[in-house]
Amino acid sequence: MTTISGEAVNHPERMASRSPAPGEGRYRALVRLSRNDDVRRFVISVVGGLVLALITGPEGNGVQMLSGINGALLHPHVFICLAVTVGVWVLITVRHHFARQVEHVSGRVMALPKAVLPDRRVRAGLWLALFAFAIIYPPTLNSFWQNVLVEQIGIYVLLAIGLNVVVGYAGLLDLGYIAFFAIGAYSDAYWTGMLPVHPPLHLNPFWVFPLAILTAMLAGVLLGGPTLRLRGDYLAIVTLGFGEIIQIVANNLQGVTGGAQGVINIPHFSVHVAGIKYHWGLSNLPYYYLILGFIVLALLAYFSLEHSKVGRAWTAIREDEVAAEAAGINTLKYKVMAFAIGASTSGVAGVIVASQIGFVEPGDFTVQLSILILVLVIFGGMGSLAGAVVGAAVLQWLPQFLRVHPLFGYNQLDLYIYFGAILILMMIFRPEGLIPSRRRRREIVLAEHGVGSADAMESGHSGGGLAAVANPEADL
Amino acid sequence: MSAPASMAAAAAASGADGDALVEVRHVTLRFGGVTSLSDVSFSQRRGEILAVIGPNGAGKTSLFNCLTGVYTPQVGEVLFRPASGTALSVVGTKPYKVNRAGIARTFQTSRLFNALTTFENIKIGVESRFSVGPLGSMLHLPHTRRAERESDAKVVELLEFVGLTERANTIASSLPYGDRRRLEIARALGTRPELLLLDEPAAGTNPAEKASLVELIRKVNTVYGVSVLLIEHDMGLVMSLAERLIVLNFGQIIAAGTPREVQQNPAVIEAYLGAPESDEDGR
Amino acid sequence: MCFTTNFWPFLVQGLADGFLYALIALGYTLVYGVLQLINFAHSEVFMSGGFASYFVLEALIGTSQPHGMASVGYVAIGIGAGAFGGALVAFLLERVAYRPLRRRNAPRLAFLISAIGGSYFIYNLAGKEFGRNALEIPAPFLNGPAFTLFGATIQTDYVVVAICAIAMLIIVDRVVAMTRLGKGIRAVAQDAETASLMGVNINRVISQTFVIGGLLGGAAGFLFGLNFGVAYTMGFTPALKAFTAAVLGGIGNIRGAVLGGLLLGVIENLSVTCIGANWRDVVAFGILVAVLLVRPTGILGERLGRSA
Repeated sequence: MTTISGEAVNHPERMASRSPAPGEGRYRALVRLSRNDDVRRFVISVVGGLVLALITGPEGNGVQMLSGINGALLHPHVFICLAVTVGVWVLITVRHHFARQVEHVSGRVMALPKAVLPDRRVRAGLWLALFAFAIIYPPTLNSFWQNVLVEQIGIYVLLAIGLNVVVGYAGLLDLGYIAFFAIGAYSDAYWTGMLPVHPPLHLNPFWVFPLAILTAMLAGVLLGGPTLRLRGDYLAIVTLGFGEIIQIVANNLQGVTGGAQGVINIPHFSVHVAGIKYHWGLSNLPYYYLILGFIVLALLAYFSLEHSKVGRAWTAIREDEVAAEAAGINTLKYKVMAFAIGASTSGVAGVIVASQIGFVEPGDFTVQLSILILVLVIFGGMGSLAGAVVGAAVLQWLPQFLRVHPLFGYNQLDLYIYFGAILILMMIFRPEGLIPSRRRRREIVLAEHGVGSADAMESGHSGGGLAAVANPEADL
Repeated sequence: MSAPASMAAAAAASGADGDALVEVRHVTLRFGGVTSLSDVSFSQRRGEILAVIGPNGAGKTSLFNCLTGVYTPQVGEVLFRPASGTALSVVGTKPYKVNRAGIARTFQTSRLFNALTTFENIKIGVESRFSVGPLGSMLHLPHTRRAERESDAKVVELLEFVGLTERANTIASSLPYGDRRRLEIARALGTRPELLLLDEPAAGTNPAEKASLVELIRKVNTVYGVSVLLIEHDMGLVMSLAERLIVLNFGQIIAAGTPREVQQNPAVIEAYLGAPESDEDGR
Repeated sequence: MCFTTNFWPFLVQGLADGFLYALIALGYTLVYGVLQLINFAHSEVFMSGGFASYFVLEALIGTSQPHGMASVGYVAIGIGAGAFGGALVAFLLERVAYRPLRRRNAPRLAFLISAIGGSYFIYNLAGKEFGRNALEIPAPFLNGPAFTLFGATIQTDYVVVAICAIAMLIIVDRVVAMTRLGKGIRAVAQDAETASLMGVNINRVISQTFVIGGLLGGAAGFLFGLNFGVAYTMGFTPALKAFTAAVLGGIGNIRGAVLGGLLLGVIENLSVTCIGANWRDVVAFGILVAVLLVRPTGILGERLGRSA
């Protein structure tokens, strides 16, 4: 790519300095209108309404070409959608133009929470309340919901907490997180003797936990070691590729993993220790409490970690990797550590699911799931334990709730349309998530004002461009 | 530049060989077509305050980067001989290891952890010297708790030393400029260095802050016994602090010696196009 | 040796695949050059092109079987429709998912996440609206063996793919090298700040870059669809492989994208002769991982990708 030697490439936009021709006045007015923020937002809201109609409309059928689109747009349903989005536009425009009054009211409304929440005792109280609720409420639910609690909510909360360590604390984008889950699940199958390959000794699935943790951590170290030197986007793609590879390998290695049909008859958990005998059968509640136990352990462990030297090192690496290295932090080691710790949580989840369902197949470990967990973490708030828990719980609960009470034409298959939109909207409007970690919120706000960067992926220089080499005289 | 003059410069640059803390030998650093440093050799004595001066673009920060393992010169060696521990060849060593060995640095534009408080910034520097692992942190082992207490104590000590005790809980990004400089020095000191590299510590500071920075740097040298290598443009500051100077121009050492000697060196005067200005602000 | 049996047929197949990868890879490489961003949603640009060409050709050809000059015309229309569809989606993506983030100086992670969101949004919406089954593009020409080369029969569609791809690649190469637009792209890729000081409208250049990438990716969608049909899921794997090709050749480097694409196509297909079709994706992803670990700058590329 050759250098441009001082040649202006486009004429800089200049207002014409000649007298306006007829018709130009109208053109100018149109241009001015198109630059008006309110008008722009209105147009966006209309388009958004149409898109919303498409999303909430009926399924299309390709052979009948645009049937889906026709079905959605030519139906009175479209007006409801437009009403919703234009309504949102009205709210935003009002807020924009009456900013002072709005701030005043919102200031008063938010005053109490703002004053009270930072207090540690209040937060601890909230956690305890949540914990009490989590223990007392579930037995009152019907079996459908108990199942949801286990398979959709509980497991994914655990997974979100684990991925939060990787993405939230260390700022590493892992798009192959589900691979460690697979390792946990297959470990369970292996050590209980259900895989075509047989282990040296058969274990009770409960005792698979430590082994699965170690195996997953090892996998994390092996994957992370070489790849964590890469910059953020590359790391993401490599982990994605790795996740794909794992799935294909699981599919193809018939003799080891049981191939595409998967593994069946994995035994349920049972403990037989010191006279205490308990067997987890088909009922959901016992699994729920088992998962809850792990969640609590993970929360306690990771909370301590966050406020320790390790947590601070992660924050330093995220803020400014060069400065962190200069302060004696072995950045690679800490990145691999985050990766391995996150992997172990995923592995644990894999063991639980394998023994609960009793059946494991490669189709369970799609990239889509890795991305789902990512959505949960981001929605809840990267780097925030409360965020991971609440975000995962809410986003996993909502689709199930809509299944039972279908509002507004919700269709199971549309789920990822919403998730995709959520990701984009979150990044634009609330990147710190639902319940942000305070540090993260600070980092993002600072980055927007040009002070430092909010993640470890920035390598310092001005936007755009493959400068072959940074200016040698400047700071890295 | 004529050969005898450059050899004289090299000789003056090495100082007395005996107790060399750092020896830079024939370092050449190239980036594609640009030669940033060319056959740079000098050494720094233990306990010395040495200053590197030179016009913009002379290669000073590149030199720092070579001294801390951030850049790897194509030619040459950098030998570091800390009193504690074994000698280290910096070339090809990762920056964090170089820091562990005893070289700490600050940056031209303060690279603080902006979203963290003053206290936390320093603490990160301090605790890099404690070996605390994830397990210990998760389980609150006694070893970990002791490390926390000790590192906290050290941070408090450093806060007092640089005069930032009042601002311990301020978020780093909201610190006034002069305090940001101090904080960076405190963080660097937290890593228990024997050699502290300061990259334009006084850039952009007003005369009052400058004076107190001079005091601070001198204290670092006398109280903690840390050798200092600093890049500076402000000749007044350099004159009052440095025992010896090295002058870089276009990646080469053109002069070295005491401040007085260097100021009268014709090559130096030529490089600066006349008398060096005594109050050049940062960028 | 396993890949000497059936060498030529697989080589030909490899080149055909390679041209497709090259077309898609250019989209990645151009965007990466100006924004230093992996456009994760490029897979949906590819898919959109496929669908666009499907709709147009379905309307125009229906069940008839064109031949002769009409075929050439329909191929051109197919390419045009595909390119337009791809460009439109690429343009929208940039406006909706990336520009707002650029405006608020968002961290790099946010772009990547938004891209992922965009990808999921588009492809699931397409699945919903256009049905979950694969659709066959009505053939614009009669496919059959065109000629043989060293014992490998070259099908007409290979020829079509090769000609179209080569033509487009040459055009883009010349555009970037010689036109004002191309200079703008290269300027922004070198140093956006300075370029803007020189009067380059950065936003417009970025938009145009996305559009060019979209044109190519969309056209590739059409060419791909000729052979394999179009489906809402068609984007993921070819795009990931095309990204591998871009990295292999040297991301940010146009000739590299072409080289990488061809190389990847050939290696992938030849490896099938050795280890079977089941594992071909693993070969491609394996190359991805290997290149990023061993030589992230790629074959023709420049120094980047390492974090310090």
